[in-house]
Amino acid sequence: MSATELKSTRDAFGQALLELAEKSSKLWVLSADLTDSMRVTSFADKYKDRHVQCGVAEQNMVGIAAGLAANGKVPFVTSFAAFSPGRNWDQLRVSVCLSNLPVKVVSGATGFGNSKDGASHQALEDIAITRVLPNLKVVTPLDFNQTKQAVLSIFKDPGPVYMRIGHEKVPNITKSDQEFVIGKADLLKEGEEITVISAGAIMHQVLEAIKSSRVKADVINLSTIKPIDKEAILTSLEKTRKVMTIEDHQVAGGLGSAVAEVIAQSGKRVKMKILGVPDTFSRSARSIDDLYKLFKLDSKSLEEEIKEFIRE
Amino acid sequence: MQTAQLEKYANQIRQTIIISLLHAGSGHPAGALGFADLFAYLYFSDFLKVNPKNPKMEERDRLYLSCGHYAPGLYSALALKGFFSIKDLSGLRDVNGIDGHPILGQLPGIENSAGPLGQGISQAIGSALAHQDTNIKTVCIISDGELQEGQTWEALMFMGNSRLKNLTVILDRNDIQISGNTNEVMPLEPLKEKFDSFNLITQTINGNDFKEIDEALTKTNLFDRPNVVIAETVAGKGISFMENDYLWHGRAPNKEEALEAINELKNPQ
Ligand SMILES: Cc1ncc(C[n+]2csc(CCOP(=O)(O)OP(=O)(O)O)c2C)c(N)n1
Ligand SMILES: [Mg+2]
Repeated sequence: MSATELKSTRDAFGQALLELAEKSSKLWVLSADLTDSMRVTSFADKYKDRHVQCGVAEQNMVGIAAGLAANGKVPFVTSFAAFSPGRNWDQLRVSVCLSNLPVKVVSGATGFGNSKDGASHQALEDIAITRVLPNLKVVTPLDFNQTKQAVLSIFKDPGPVYMRIGHEKVPNITKSDQEFVIGKADLLKEGEEITVISAGAIMHQVLEAIKSSRVKADVINLSTIKPIDKEAILTSLEKTRKVMTIEDHQVAGGLGSAVAEVIAQSGKRVKMKILGVPDTFSRSARSIDDLYKLFKLDSKSLEEEIKEFIRE
Repeated sequence: MQTAQLEKYANQIRQTIIISLLHAGSGHPAGALGFADLFAYLYFSDFLKVNPKNPKMEERDRLYLSCGHYAPGLYSALALKGFFSIKDLSGLRDVNGIDGHPILGQLPGIENSAGPLGQGISQAIGSALAHQDTNIKTVCIISDGELQEGQTWEALMFMGNSRLKNLTVILDRNDIQISGNTNEVMPLEPLKEKFDSFNLITQTINGNDFKEIDEALTKTNLFDRPNVVIAETVAGKGISFMENDYLWHGRAPNKEEALEAINELKNPQ
Protein backbone atom coordinates (compact mmCIF):
# COMPACT_ATOMS: atom_id res chain seq x y z
CA MET A 1 0.00 0.00 0.00
CA SER A 2 1.40 3.38 -0.91
CA ALA A 3 1.90 6.06 1.68
CA THR A 4 -0.49 8.42 -0.05
CA GLU A 5 -3.43 6.05 -0.16
CA LEU A 6 -5.98 7.08 2.45
CA LYS A 7 -7.48 4.42 4.67
CA SER A 8 -9.45 4.36 7.87
CA THR A 9 -8.34 2.78 11.11
CA ARG A 10 -11.61 0.85 11.28
CA ASP A 11 -10.72 -0.87 8.01
CA ALA A 12 -7.41 -1.87 9.58
CA PHE A 13 -9.28 -3.23 12.58
CA GLY A 14 -11.49 -5.43 10.41
CA GLN A 15 -8.49 -6.86 8.57
CA ALA A 16 -6.50 -7.43 11.73
CA LEU A 17 -9.36 -9.40 13.26
CA LEU A 18 -9.45 -11.75 10.28
CA GLU A 19 -5.71 -12.34 10.42
CA LEU A 20 -5.72 -12.85 14.17
CA ALA A 21 -8.70 -15.18 14.10
CA GLU A 22 -6.75 -17.61 11.94
CA LYS A 23 -4.00 -17.81 14.53
CA SER A 24 -5.97 -17.87 17.74
CA SER A 25 -9.25 -19.51 18.61
CA LYS A 26 -9.43 -17.45 21.80
CA LEU A 27 -10.41 -14.38 19.83
CA TRP A 28 -14.11 -13.58 20.06
CA VAL A 29 -15.86 -10.50 18.72
CA LEU A 30 -19.07 -8.92 19.99
CA SER A 31 -21.35 -6.53 18.09
CA ALA A 32 -24.25 -4.31 19.00
CA ASP A 33 -25.80 -3.83 15.55
CA LEU A 34 -22.88 -1.71 14.34
CA THR A 35 -21.23 -4.80 12.87
CA ASP A 36 -20.64 -3.35 9.46
CA SER A 37 -19.68 0.12 10.63
CA MET A 38 -17.02 -1.45 12.83
CA ARG A 39 -15.88 -3.63 9.92
CA VAL A 40 -16.67 -6.86 11.73
CA THR A 41 -18.90 -8.34 9.00
CA SER A 42 -16.19 -10.46 7.37
CA PHE A 43 -15.16 -11.87 10.72
CA ALA A 44 -18.79 -12.53 11.63
CA ASP A 45 -19.39 -14.37 8.35
CA LYS A 46 -16.28 -16.52 8.60
CA TYR A 47 -16.26 -17.23 12.32
CA LYS A 48 -19.94 -17.46 13.15
CA ASP A 49 -19.39 -19.36 16.38
CA ARG A 50 -17.01 -16.73 17.73
CA HIS A 51 -19.13 -13.72 16.85
CA VAL A 52 -21.84 -12.61 19.26
CA GLN A 53 -24.53 -10.32 17.89
CA CYS A 54 -26.03 -8.63 20.93
CA GLY A 55 -28.51 -6.37 19.18
CA VAL A 56 -28.64 -2.73 20.24
CA ALA A 57 -27.54 -3.51 23.79
CA GLU A 58 -24.12 -2.18 24.69
CA GLN A 59 -24.40 -2.78 28.42
CA ASN A 60 -25.28 -6.40 27.97
CA MET A 61 -22.48 -6.73 25.41
CA VAL A 62 -19.75 -5.67 27.83
CA GLY A 63 -21.17 -7.94 30.51
CA ILE A 64 -21.15 -10.93 28.16
CA ALA A 65 -17.57 -10.08 27.23
CA ALA A 66 -16.60 -10.07 30.89
CA GLY A 67 -18.04 -13.55 31.26
CA LEU A 68 -16.21 -14.78 28.18
CA ALA A 69 -12.94 -13.25 29.37
CA ALA A 70 -13.27 -14.83 32.81
CA ASN A 71 -13.50 -18.16 31.04
CA GLY A 72 -10.48 -18.11 28.82
CA LYS A 73 -11.57 -16.10 25.81
CA VAL A 74 -10.23 -12.77 24.58
CA PRO A 75 -13.33 -10.83 23.55
CA PHE A 76 -13.30 -7.67 21.44
CA VAL A 77 -16.31 -5.48 22.12
CA THR A 78 -17.22 -3.24 19.19
CA SER A 79 -19.46 -0.20 18.79
CA PHE A 80 -19.28 3.58 18.52
CA ALA A 81 -17.54 5.32 21.41
CA ALA A 82 -20.64 7.37 22.28
CA PHE A 83 -22.33 4.08 23.21
CA SER A 84 -19.32 2.00 24.26
CA PRO A 85 -17.79 3.15 26.62
CA GLY A 86 -20.40 5.96 26.64
CA ARG A 87 -23.42 3.92 27.67
CA ASN A 88 -21.75 0.91 29.22
CA TRP A 89 -19.15 2.66 31.36
CA ASP A 90 -20.40 1.21 34.63
CA GLN A 91 -20.33 -2.34 33.26
CA LEU A 92 -16.83 -1.64 31.94
CA ARG A 93 -15.79 -0.32 35.34
CA VAL A 94 -17.11 -3.15 37.48
CA SER A 95 -17.58 -6.27 35.36
CA VAL A 96 -14.36 -5.74 33.41
CA CYS A 97 -11.88 -3.42 35.11
CA LEU A 98 -12.48 -4.33 38.74
CA SER A 99 -12.02 -7.98 37.79
CA ASN A 100 -9.07 -7.04 35.60
CA LEU A 101 -10.29 -9.17 32.72
CA PRO A 102 -8.84 -9.13 29.19
CA VAL A 103 -11.80 -7.49 27.48
CA LYS A 104 -10.79 -5.26 24.56
CA VAL A 105 -13.18 -2.41 23.94
CA VAL A 106 -12.67 -1.13 20.41
CA SER A 107 -14.70 1.89 19.41
CA GLY A 108 -15.27 3.91 16.28
CA ALA A 109 -16.89 7.27 15.55
CA THR A 110 -14.35 8.86 17.87
CA GLY A 111 -13.34 12.48 17.68
CA PHE A 112 -14.97 14.12 14.66
CA GLY A 113 -14.89 10.89 12.63
CA ASN A 114 -18.65 10.56 12.54
CA SER A 115 -19.18 14.17 11.62
CA LYS A 116 -22.52 13.64 9.89
CA ASP A 117 -24.64 12.18 12.68
CA GLY A 118 -24.02 15.20 14.89
CA ALA A 119 -23.48 16.14 18.51
CA SER A 120 -25.03 13.08 20.13
CA HIS A 121 -22.91 10.68 18.11
CA GLN A 122 -19.47 12.25 18.28
CA ALA A 123 -17.47 10.91 21.20
CA LEU A 124 -15.35 13.77 22.48
CA GLU A 125 -15.20 12.52 26.05
CA ASP A 126 -14.09 8.91 25.68
CA ILE A 127 -10.44 9.43 26.65
CA ALA A 128 -11.51 11.25 29.80
CA ILE A 129 -13.88 8.53 30.96
CA THR A 130 -11.59 5.62 30.15
CA ARG A 131 -8.26 6.83 31.44
CA VAL A 132 -9.70 7.18 34.94
CA LEU A 133 -10.50 3.46 35.16
CA PRO A 134 -7.94 1.39 37.08
CA ASN A 135 -6.39 -1.53 35.15
CA LEU A 136 -7.66 -0.19 31.81
CA LYS A 137 -5.09 0.76 29.20
CA VAL A 138 -6.01 3.36 26.59
CA VAL A 139 -4.53 3.27 23.11
CA THR A 140 -5.22 5.42 20.09
CA PRO A 141 -3.35 4.42 16.92
CA LEU A 142 -3.00 7.01 14.20
CA ASP A 143 -3.14 5.12 10.92
CA PHE A 144 -3.89 1.85 9.17
CA ASN A 145 -0.61 0.03 9.86
CA GLN A 146 -0.37 1.17 13.44
CA THR A 147 -3.93 0.00 14.09
CA LYS A 148 -3.22 -3.45 12.71
CA GLN A 149 -0.19 -3.73 14.95
CA ALA A 150 -2.10 -2.34 17.91
CA VAL A 151 -4.75 -5.06 17.54
CA LEU A 152 -2.02 -7.71 17.88
CA SER A 153 -0.54 -6.02 20.94
CA ILE A 154 -3.77 -5.44 22.80
CA PHE A 155 -4.79 -9.03 22.07
CA LYS A 156 -1.59 -10.24 23.77
CA ASP A 157 -1.93 -7.86 26.70
CA PRO A 158 -3.27 -9.72 29.75
CA GLY A 159 -5.60 -6.92 30.91
CA PRO A 160 -8.48 -4.77 29.68
CA VAL A 161 -7.79 -2.24 26.93
CA TYR A 162 -9.76 0.55 25.29
CA MET A 163 -8.77 1.26 21.69
CA ARG A 164 -9.96 4.43 20.01
CA ILE A 165 -10.28 4.14 16.23
CA GLY A 166 -12.39 5.82 13.61
CA HIS A 167 -14.04 6.46 10.30
CA GLU A 168 -11.76 9.10 8.86
CA LYS A 169 -9.56 8.08 5.97
CA VAL A 170 -6.00 9.11 6.75
CA PRO A 171 -2.52 8.71 5.28
CA ASN A 172 -0.60 5.62 6.30
CA ILE A 173 2.71 6.73 7.79
CA THR A 174 3.64 3.82 10.05
CA LYS A 175 5.73 0.96 8.66
CA SER A 176 3.69 -2.22 8.42
CA ASP A 177 6.17 -4.25 10.50
CA GLN A 178 6.64 -1.70 13.26
CA GLU A 179 5.53 -3.36 16.46
CA PHE A 180 3.03 -1.46 18.61
CA VAL A 181 4.45 -1.28 22.11
CA ILE A 182 1.78 -0.36 24.65
CA GLY A 183 3.03 2.45 26.82
CA LYS A 184 5.60 3.71 24.37
CA ALA A 185 5.19 6.93 22.42
CA ASP A 186 6.97 7.49 19.13
CA LEU A 187 8.82 10.54 18.02
CA LEU A 188 7.58 11.29 14.50
CA LYS A 189 9.73 14.39 13.97
CA GLU A 190 12.63 15.99 15.79
CA GLY A 191 13.22 19.68 16.44
CA GLU A 192 14.19 22.02 19.23
CA GLU A 193 11.68 24.88 19.09
CA ILE A 194 8.63 23.17 20.52
CA THR A 195 7.18 19.81 21.53
CA VAL A 196 3.88 18.98 19.89
CA ILE A 197 1.96 16.02 21.26
CA SER A 198 -1.08 14.49 19.60
CA ALA A 199 -2.57 11.11 18.69
CA GLY A 200 -5.10 9.44 16.44
CA ALA A 201 -6.69 10.83 13.30
CA ILE A 202 -6.03 14.47 14.13
CA MET A 203 -2.28 13.83 14.10
CA HIS A 204 -2.44 14.11 10.33
CA GLN A 205 -3.66 17.74 10.62
CA VAL A 206 -0.80 18.33 13.05
CA LEU A 207 1.82 16.88 10.73
CA GLU A 208 0.62 19.02 7.85
CA ALA A 209 0.70 22.10 10.04
CA ILE A 210 4.26 21.38 11.16
CA LYS A 211 5.33 20.77 7.60
CA SER A 212 3.97 23.99 6.17
CA SER A 213 5.03 26.09 9.17
CA ARG A 214 8.63 24.90 8.92
CA VAL A 215 8.76 25.04 12.68
CA LYS A 216 11.40 22.78 14.19
CA ALA A 217 9.36 20.59 16.46
CA ASP A 218 9.53 17.35 18.33
CA VAL A 219 6.30 15.68 17.32
CA ILE A 220 5.24 12.95 19.71
CA ASN A 221 2.63 10.41 18.73
CA LEU A 222 1.10 9.57 22.09
CA SER A 223 -0.46 6.38 20.77
CA THR A 224 -0.85 5.07 24.29
CA ILE A 225 -2.64 7.56 26.51
CA LYS A 226 -2.40 5.21 29.48
CA PRO A 227 0.05 4.10 30.75
CA ILE A 228 1.58 7.35 29.60
CA ASP A 229 5.17 7.50 28.35
CA LYS A 230 6.53 10.04 30.86
CA GLU A 231 10.06 9.62 29.70
CA ALA A 232 9.34 10.53 26.09
CA ILE A 233 7.48 13.65 27.20
CA LEU A 234 9.98 14.86 29.76
CA THR A 235 13.04 14.12 27.63
CA SER A 236 11.65 16.25 24.83
CA LEU A 237 10.66 19.04 27.19
CA GLU A 238 14.15 19.16 28.66
CA LYS A 239 15.12 20.41 25.22
CA THR A 240 12.21 22.56 24.04
CA ARG A 241 10.62 23.90 27.27
CA LYS A 242 7.46 24.46 25.31
CA VAL A 243 4.65 22.03 24.65
CA MET A 244 1.43 22.14 22.73
CA THR A 245 -1.03 19.25 22.86
CA ILE A 246 -3.65 18.80 20.14
CA GLU A 247 -6.63 16.45 20.32
CA ASP A 248 -10.04 15.75 18.79
CA HIS A 249 -11.54 15.49 22.27
CA GLN A 250 -12.67 17.77 25.05
CA VAL A 251 -9.83 19.79 26.53
CA ALA A 252 -10.94 18.62 29.97
CA GLY A 253 -9.69 15.21 30.91
CA GLY A 254 -8.13 14.19 27.61
CA LEU A 255 -4.67 13.74 26.16
CA GLY A 256 -3.60 17.27 27.09
CA SER A 257 -4.75 16.79 30.65
CA ALA A 258 -2.79 13.54 30.88
CA VAL A 259 0.34 15.30 29.64
CA ALA A 260 -0.25 18.21 32.04
CA GLU A 261 -0.42 15.77 34.95
CA VAL A 262 3.01 14.45 34.03
CA ILE A 263 4.53 17.88 33.60
CA ALA A 264 3.01 19.42 36.73
CA GLN A 265 4.42 16.65 38.87
CA SER A 266 7.85 16.69 37.25
CA GLY A 267 8.83 20.05 38.72
CA LYS A 268 9.78 21.24 35.25
CA ARG A 269 8.92 24.81 34.34
CA VAL A 270 7.59 24.78 30.81
CA LYS A 271 5.03 26.66 28.77
CA MET A 272 2.02 24.61 27.82
CA LYS A 273 -1.01 25.02 25.62
CA ILE A 274 -3.83 22.49 25.28
CA LEU A 275 -5.86 22.58 22.06
CA GLY A 276 -9.04 20.59 21.68
CA VAL A 277 -12.77 21.07 22.00
CA PRO A 278 -13.39 23.82 24.56
CA ASP A 279 -16.16 22.50 26.82
CA THR A 280 -18.84 22.53 24.16
CA PHE A 281 -20.78 19.97 22.15
CA SER A 282 -19.94 19.45 18.51
CA ARG A 283 -22.50 19.44 15.72
CA SER A 284 -23.30 17.79 12.42
CA ALA A 285 -21.13 18.52 9.46
CA ARG A 286 -21.29 17.05 6.00
CA SER A 287 -17.51 16.86 5.90
CA ILE A 288 -15.11 16.30 8.76
CA ASP A 289 -13.01 19.22 7.53
CA ASP A 290 -15.85 21.56 8.46
CA LEU A 291 -15.48 20.43 12.07
CA TYR A 292 -11.69 20.73 12.13
CA LYS A 293 -12.19 24.28 10.89
CA LEU A 294 -15.04 25.06 13.27
CA PHE A 295 -12.85 24.18 16.24
CA LYS A 296 -9.72 25.71 14.69
CA LEU A 297 -8.08 22.32 14.65
CA ASP A 298 -7.51 22.14 10.89
CA SER A 299 -3.92 22.19 9.65
CA LYS A 300 -4.10 25.88 8.64
CA SER A 301 -5.38 27.08 11.99
CA LEU A 302 -2.95 24.81 13.80
CA GLU A 303 -0.08 26.26 11.81
CA GLU A 304 -1.03 29.74 13.02
CA GLU A 305 -1.44 28.55 16.59
CA ILE A 306 1.94 26.84 16.63
CA LYS A 307 3.76 29.83 15.10
CA GLU A 308 2.14 32.21 17.53
CA PHE A 309 2.93 30.01 20.50
CA ILE A 310 6.58 29.91 19.48
CA ARG A 311 6.69 33.73 19.24
CA GLU A 312 5.21 34.14 22.73
CA MET B 1 -59.56 15.69 9.30
CA GLN B 2 -60.36 13.52 6.29
CA THR B 3 -58.18 10.54 5.48
CA ALA B 4 -57.55 11.92 2.01
CA GLN B 5 -56.08 15.06 3.46
CA LEU B 6 -53.92 13.18 5.94
CA GLU B 7 -52.68 11.08 3.05
CA LYS B 8 -51.67 14.26 1.27
CA TYR B 9 -49.71 15.44 4.28
CA ALA B 10 -48.04 12.05 4.68
CA ASN B 11 -47.03 12.20 1.04
CA GLN B 12 -45.56 15.70 1.51
CA ILE B 13 -43.71 14.51 4.58
CA ARG B 14 -42.23 11.66 2.55
CA GLN B 15 -41.15 13.99 -0.24
CA THR B 16 -39.62 16.38 2.25
CA ILE B 17 -37.70 13.52 3.90
CA ILE B 18 -36.23 12.50 0.55
CA ILE B 19 -35.26 16.03 -0.40
CA SER B 20 -33.68 16.85 2.93
CA LEU B 21 -31.68 13.61 2.91
CA LEU B 22 -30.54 14.37 -0.62
CA HIS B 23 -29.22 17.72 0.63
CA ALA B 24 -27.66 16.13 3.68
CA GLY B 25 -25.89 13.39 1.76
CA SER B 26 -26.36 10.97 4.62
CA GLY B 27 -29.06 9.91 7.05
CA HIS B 28 -31.81 7.40 7.68
CA PRO B 29 -34.73 7.18 5.24
CA ALA B 30 -36.47 3.85 5.88
CA GLY B 31 -37.76 4.34 9.42
CA ALA B 32 -38.98 7.89 8.91
CA LEU B 33 -40.72 7.00 5.64
CA GLY B 34 -42.51 4.06 7.21
CA PHE B 35 -43.65 6.25 10.08
CA ALA B 36 -44.74 9.18 7.87
CA ASP B 37 -48.44 8.34 8.15
CA LEU B 38 -48.20 8.52 11.91
CA PHE B 39 -46.22 11.76 11.78
CA ALA B 40 -49.00 13.13 9.54
CA TYR B 41 -51.70 11.97 11.92
CA LEU B 42 -49.91 13.29 15.00
CA TYR B 43 -49.40 16.78 13.56
CA PHE B 44 -52.35 17.21 11.21
CA SER B 45 -55.30 15.53 12.92
CA ASP B 46 -56.51 17.24 16.06
CA PHE B 47 -55.11 14.48 18.26
CA LEU B 48 -52.15 16.53 19.50
CA LYS B 49 -52.63 20.13 20.60
CA VAL B 50 -49.61 22.04 19.36
CA ASN B 51 -49.28 25.56 18.11
CA PRO B 52 -46.58 26.49 15.61
CA LYS B 53 -47.22 30.19 16.31
CA ASN B 54 -46.55 29.57 19.97
CA PRO B 55 -44.34 26.48 20.12
CA LYS B 56 -43.75 26.75 23.85
CA MET B 57 -47.41 27.15 24.73
CA GLU B 58 -47.74 25.72 28.24
CA GLU B 59 -50.87 23.65 27.54
CA ARG B 60 -49.41 21.95 24.47
CA ASP B 61 -49.19 18.20 24.16
CA ARG B 62 -45.65 16.86 24.11
CA LEU B 63 -44.22 14.62 21.42
CA TYR B 64 -41.01 12.86 22.42
CA LEU B 65 -38.95 11.19 19.71
CA SER B 66 -36.85 8.42 21.22
CA CYS B 67 -35.41 7.03 17.98
CA GLY B 68 -33.54 10.19 17.06
CA HIS B 69 -32.56 8.93 13.62
CA TYR B 70 -36.21 9.44 12.57
CA ALA B 71 -35.40 13.16 12.75
CA PRO B 72 -35.97 13.84 9.03
CA GLY B 73 -39.56 12.66 9.50
CA LEU B 74 -40.12 14.79 12.59
CA TYR B 75 -38.43 17.82 11.03
CA SER B 76 -40.50 17.47 7.86
CA ALA B 77 -43.75 17.27 9.82
CA LEU B 78 -42.79 20.25 11.97
CA ALA B 79 -41.80 22.31 8.93
CA LEU B 80 -45.01 21.49 7.06
CA LYS B 81 -46.96 22.36 10.18
CA GLY B 82 -45.29 25.77 10.16
CA PHE B 83 -42.89 25.57 13.10
CA PHE B 84 -40.09 26.70 10.79
CA SER B 85 -39.46 27.05 7.09
CA ILE B 86 -39.11 24.04 4.84
CA LYS B 87 -36.10 25.82 3.40
CA ASP B 88 -34.28 25.27 6.68
CA LEU B 89 -34.26 21.57 5.91
CA SER B 90 -31.83 22.08 3.05
CA GLY B 91 -29.31 22.66 5.83
CA LEU B 92 -29.84 19.23 7.35
CA ARG B 93 -26.51 17.90 8.67
CA ASP B 94 -24.65 20.99 7.48
CA VAL B 95 -22.19 22.59 9.85
CA ASN B 96 -24.23 25.80 9.68
CA GLY B 97 -27.56 24.01 9.70
CA ILE B 98 -29.59 21.47 11.62
CA ASP B 99 -28.11 18.52 13.47
CA GLY B 100 -28.69 15.01 12.16
CA HIS B 101 -30.42 14.02 15.40
CA PRO B 102 -32.82 16.19 17.42
CA ILE B 103 -31.48 18.61 20.00
CA LEU B 104 -33.85 20.30 22.42
CA GLY B 105 -33.82 24.01 21.67
CA GLN B 106 -32.26 23.82 18.22
CA LEU B 107 -35.59 24.05 16.37
CA PRO B 108 -39.04 25.09 17.58
CA GLY B 109 -41.29 22.11 18.19
CA ILE B 110 -38.58 19.69 19.28
CA GLU B 111 -39.28 18.43 22.79
CA ASN B 112 -36.21 16.31 23.53
CA SER B 113 -32.64 15.44 22.56
CA ALA B 114 -32.13 11.97 21.12
CA GLY B 115 -29.81 9.85 19.00
CA PRO B 116 -28.34 7.25 21.30
CA LEU B 117 -31.24 4.80 21.37
CA GLY B 118 -33.43 3.92 24.32
CA GLN B 119 -33.59 7.20 26.22
CA GLY B 120 -36.95 8.54 25.08
CA ILE B 121 -39.54 6.75 27.19
CA SER B 122 -37.81 7.80 30.40
CA GLN B 123 -37.85 11.43 29.29
CA ALA B 124 -41.49 11.10 28.32
CA ILE B 125 -42.34 9.65 31.73
CA GLY B 126 -40.81 12.77 33.27
CA SER B 127 -43.02 14.91 31.09
CA ALA B 128 -46.11 12.86 31.93
CA LEU B 129 -45.33 13.07 35.65
CA ALA B 130 -44.97 16.83 35.38
CA HIS B 131 -48.44 17.07 33.79
CA GLN B 132 -50.32 14.36 35.70
CA ASP B 133 -53.21 16.47 36.83
CA THR B 134 -53.74 18.32 33.58
CA ASN B 135 -55.13 17.53 30.15
CA ILE B 136 -51.68 17.62 28.64
CA LYS B 137 -50.68 14.35 27.05
CA THR B 138 -47.26 13.02 26.29
CA VAL B 139 -46.67 10.74 23.34
CA CYS B 140 -43.36 8.98 22.81
CA ILE B 141 -42.24 7.42 19.55
CA ILE B 142 -39.88 4.47 19.81
CA SER B 143 -38.42 2.11 17.22
CA ASP B 144 -38.29 -1.66 17.45
CA GLY B 145 -34.47 -1.77 17.49
CA GLU B 146 -34.65 0.32 20.64
CA LEU B 147 -36.46 -2.49 22.41
CA GLN B 148 -33.07 -4.19 22.63
CA GLU B 149 -31.79 -1.48 24.98
CA GLY B 150 -32.18 -2.17 28.68
CA GLN B 151 -33.33 1.35 29.52
CA THR B 152 -36.41 0.87 27.37
CA TRP B 153 -37.56 -1.93 29.68
CA GLU B 154 -36.70 -0.01 32.84
CA ALA B 155 -38.96 2.72 31.53
CA LEU B 156 -41.75 0.36 30.46
CA MET B 157 -41.66 -1.23 33.90
CA PHE B 158 -42.03 2.18 35.48
CA MET B 159 -44.90 2.97 33.14
CA GLY B 160 -46.71 -0.24 33.98
CA ASN B 161 -46.39 0.46 37.67
CA SER B 162 -47.67 4.00 37.28
CA ARG B 163 -51.07 5.50 36.73
CA LEU B 164 -49.84 7.82 34.02
CA LYS B 165 -52.95 7.77 31.86
CA ASN B 166 -51.59 10.79 29.98
CA LEU B 167 -48.73 8.79 28.47
CA THR B 168 -48.79 6.83 25.21
CA VAL B 169 -45.85 5.07 23.61
CA ILE B 170 -46.10 4.42 19.88
CA LEU B 171 -43.77 1.65 18.77
CA ASP B 172 -42.77 1.61 15.12
CA ARG B 173 -42.71 -2.09 14.43
CA ASN B 174 -41.04 -2.06 11.03
CA ASP B 175 -38.93 -5.16 11.66
CA ILE B 176 -35.67 -3.63 10.45
CA GLN B 177 -32.50 -2.38 12.09
CA ILE B 178 -28.98 -1.82 10.77
CA SER B 179 -27.78 -5.41 10.53
CA GLY B 180 -30.94 -6.95 9.13
CA ASN B 181 -34.48 -7.81 10.07
CA THR B 182 -35.06 -7.22 13.75
CA ASN B 183 -36.56 -10.67 14.13
CA GLU B 184 -33.30 -12.16 12.93
CA VAL B 185 -30.76 -9.88 14.62
CA MET B 186 -32.36 -10.09 18.08
CA PRO B 187 -35.92 -11.37 18.01
CA LEU B 188 -38.50 -9.40 19.99
CA GLU B 189 -41.63 -11.49 19.81
CA PRO B 190 -44.00 -12.10 21.43
CA LEU B 191 -44.20 -8.35 21.93
CA LYS B 192 -47.80 -7.71 22.81
CA GLU B 193 -47.59 -10.35 25.54
CA LYS B 194 -44.46 -8.66 26.92
CA PHE B 195 -46.20 -5.28 27.14
CA ASP B 196 -49.37 -6.83 28.54
CA SER B 197 -47.37 -8.56 31.26
CA PHE B 198 -45.88 -5.17 32.20
CA ASN B 199 -49.43 -3.98 32.96
CA LEU B 200 -49.62 -1.80 29.90
CA ILE B 201 -52.70 -1.47 27.74
CA THR B 202 -51.52 -2.65 24.34
CA GLN B 203 -53.09 -2.15 20.93
CA THR B 204 -51.70 -3.48 17.67
CA ILE B 205 -52.50 -1.65 14.46
CA ASN B 206 -51.46 -1.26 10.85
CA GLY B 207 -49.43 1.93 11.20
CA ASN B 208 -49.89 2.78 7.54
CA ASP B 209 -53.69 2.79 7.75
CA PHE B 210 -55.26 6.06 8.88
CA LYS B 211 -58.49 4.44 9.99
CA GLU B 212 -56.67 2.08 12.34
CA ILE B 213 -54.38 4.87 13.54
CA ASP B 214 -57.33 7.12 14.27
CA GLU B 215 -59.29 4.45 16.10
CA ALA B 216 -56.39 3.36 18.27
CA LEU B 217 -55.10 6.81 19.18
CA THR B 218 -58.57 8.19 19.85
CA LYS B 219 -59.10 5.32 22.29
CA THR B 220 -55.96 6.24 24.22
CA ASN B 221 -57.72 9.44 25.37
CA LEU B 222 -60.06 7.31 27.45
CA PHE B 223 -57.57 4.92 29.04
CA ASP B 224 -56.97 5.12 32.77
CA ARG B 225 -53.47 3.63 32.52
CA PRO B 226 -50.35 4.15 30.41
CA ASN B 227 -50.48 2.38 27.11
CA VAL B 228 -48.54 1.23 24.10
CA VAL B 229 -49.59 1.21 20.47
CA ILE B 230 -47.69 -1.29 18.35
CA ALA B 231 -47.80 0.27 14.90
CA GLU B 232 -46.83 -2.26 12.28
CA THR B 233 -45.38 -0.31 9.40
CA VAL B 234 -43.57 -0.94 6.15
CA ALA B 235 -40.04 0.39 6.31
CA GLY B 236 -39.39 2.77 3.40
CA LYS B 237 -43.15 2.92 2.69
CA GLY B 238 -44.16 4.65 -0.53
CA ILE B 239 -40.91 4.10 -2.39
CA SER B 240 -40.90 0.71 -4.07
CA PHE B 241 -37.16 0.17 -4.09
CA MET B 242 -36.82 1.02 -0.41
CA GLU B 243 -39.78 -0.87 0.99
CA ASN B 244 -38.94 -3.56 3.56
CA ASP B 245 -35.24 -3.36 2.74
CA TYR B 246 -33.04 -2.91 5.80
CA LEU B 247 -30.19 -1.67 3.61
CA TRP B 248 -32.11 1.62 3.43
CA HIS B 249 -31.93 1.98 7.19
CA GLY B 250 -29.07 4.43 7.03
CA ARG B 251 -28.21 5.42 3.50
CA ALA B 252 -29.27 8.62 1.78
CA PRO B 253 -30.57 8.45 -1.78
CA ASN B 254 -28.33 9.82 -4.51
CA LYS B 255 -29.73 12.26 -7.03
CA GLU B 256 -31.10 9.63 -9.37
CA GLU B 257 -32.67 7.64 -6.59
CA ALA B 258 -34.16 10.76 -5.07
CA LEU B 259 -35.72 11.75 -8.41
CA GLU B 260 -37.18 8.30 -8.82
CA ALA B 261 -38.49 8.37 -5.27
CA ILE B 262 -40.13 11.75 -5.72
CA ASN B 263 -41.58 10.60 -9.00
CA GLU B 264 -43.14 7.58 -7.32
CA LEU B 265 -44.53 9.72 -4.54
CA LYS B 266 -46.05 12.18 -7.00
CA ASN B 267 -47.61 9.40 -9.07
CA PRO B 268 -48.75 6.77 -6.62
CA GLN B 269 -49.92 3.48 -8.13
C1 LIG C 1 -27.30 3.36 22.06
C2 LIG C 1 -27.18 3.28 20.58
N1 LIG C 1 -26.54 2.22 20.04
C3 LIG C 1 -26.39 2.15 18.71
C4 LIG C 1 -26.89 3.13 17.90
C5 LIG C 1 -26.69 3.06 16.41
N2 LIG C 1 -27.95 2.84 15.71
C6 LIG C 1 -28.62 3.84 15.10
S1 LIG C 1 -30.05 3.35 14.42
C7 LIG C 1 -29.79 1.74 14.89
C8 LIG C 1 -30.77 0.67 14.48
C9 LIG C 1 -31.84 0.48 15.41
O1 LIG C 1 -32.96 -0.11 14.83
P1 LIG C 1 -34.29 0.74 14.61
O2 LIG C 1 -34.24 1.84 15.58
O3 LIG C 1 -35.42 -0.17 14.62
O4 LIG C 1 -34.01 1.39 13.22
P2 LIG C 1 -34.78 1.40 11.80
O5 LIG C 1 -33.88 0.62 10.89
O6 LIG C 1 -36.11 0.78 11.95
O7 LIG C 1 -34.82 2.82 11.39
C10 LIG C 1 -28.60 1.64 15.59
C11 LIG C 1 -28.07 0.39 16.17
C12 LIG C 1 -27.55 4.21 18.51
N3 LIG C 1 -28.05 5.22 17.78
N4 LIG C 1 -27.69 4.25 19.84
MG1 LIG D 1 -36.80 -0.75 13.16
